[in-house]
Amino acid sequence: MHTSDRHDIEIDLFRRALMLRHGYDFTGYAPASFKRRVLALQAAVQAPTVSRLTERLLHEDGFVRTVIGRLSVPVSEMFRDPSVFRALREDVMPVLATWPQINIWQAGCAHGEEVYSLAIVLRECGLYERAHIFATDFSEEALARAEEGIYPLHEARAYSDNYLRAGGTGSLSDWYVARYNRIKLDESLRKRVTFARHNLVSDGVFGEMQLIVCRNVLIYFGDDLQERALGLFRDSLVHGGFLCLGNRESLAYSAMADDFERLSEETAIYRRGIRARRTI
Amino acid sequence: MRAGRYDAIVMAASSGGIDALRIVLGALDARLRAPVLIVQHTASENGHALCELFAAASVIPVIEAEPRQPIVGGCAYLAPPGYHLLVEAGPRAALSVDDKVCHVRPSADVLFESAADVWRSALIGVVLTGANDDGAAGMLAIRSRKGLGIVQLPDEAEMREMPEAALRLAGADHVLRLAAIGPLLNQLCG
Repeated sequence: MHTSDRHDIEIDLFRRALMLRHGYDFTGYAPASFKRRVLALQAAVQAPTVSRLTERLLHEDGFVRTVIGRLSVPVSEMFRDPSVFRALREDVMPVLATWPQINIWQAGCAHGEEVYSLAIVLRECGLYERAHIFATDFSEEALARAEEGIYPLHEARAYSDNYLRAGGTGSLSDWYVARYNRIKLDESLRKRVTFARHNLVSDGVFGEMQLIVCRNVLIYFGDDLQERALGLFRDSLVHGGFLCLGNRESLAYSAMADDFERLSEETAIYRRGIRARRTI
Repeated sequence: MRAGRYDAIVMAASSGGIDALRIVLGALDARLRAPVLIVQHTASENGHALCELFAAASVIPVIEAEPRQPIVGGCAYLAPPGYHLLVEAGPRAALSVDDKVCHVRPSADVLFESAADVWRSALIGVVLTGANDDGAAGMLAIRSRKGLGIVQLPDEAEMREMPEAALRLAGADHVLRLAAIGPLLNQLCG
């Protein structure tokens, strides 16, 4: 049997152990990228085989936290894809300003880079005080990191560059302090942020949102899981609310496409159609 | 080696790859049955412009791969800049922003390995010019599944590191000049 086919069997067993022992369901994930992540996890913890990962998952308390940390969405950067943050600032914020309260859900917040980016945009647009950002992830480890808001200093230049290209009105360094080899984001940016565990695979709608940001998460999902997540987003959004997906993500292959209108060709920002029917 | 045994082609190119790919894609026949999936390392963020450049040289359509897109024969799919391109059963395209592999994203190893899982022995891998070793592990995955490996003749390549790395790790069934690669693909997948 080819090594790769043996990996498929081992990964299947690993996935079952995660489900049966810990309640995390990865069956709806796109298989090819999931396989790569499991093999990367195996390399990172220096396990001789995937089966060894399964054994540790079953018998070693606490190992699941490492596993979930490694299998959750990858690290992002502040103001990643600056044109998207520019569109959020210029096209979306003026509409958000018309609502008395602005609820924003960032689904799959990873280490929080984009949460703080959003908070900065809201601050600079004068909307922060009536905004509330719900930053969710299914990985506790990721949430803990996100809450710290500490990033490597060597990233600061790229972040600053992104910030300016995204239409930032000041200097990114206004929003962090650099110490040792790290930058720490201003505590005040966290004031209106709630970090919480939420799994798009198994959890439901938890509030009415004016904006949902979920970038480069759906690309890792299979069809059914993508539809589930999009259904949650649709049902969470107020009419006229916005959904911001990753640049290469779209509703092209989704049954939900009719419920949204795309703002422009350049960015994957959608608006929950005023005219669209709510399907039950 | 009989015609019709191969269902798909994956290609990797890095430094010097745009000219090289234009030659290979330019020689492909409109009757090609197989899809062509391409990783070209580029500093540009504009994959669309790259596609236009390739499409202008070729009779087969060249498009940027989208997530979930069905992969059909006679069409070339380019990995979008900044994203790994993978193949899922179907076959359909998938993208990821996971860590770089061989310091690059898109990585040819990621494409080749996932394609080898789907097409197995019916896959052809092509490694062209480049200054790194991406594609070598991918070529090994293809050849270990009894797929076919084609590597550009290092002496002809603008940058010889990538073809040489593939040959060193995985070997090849054919080591060819660019001008000979397209015609062979037509013959194998016509």
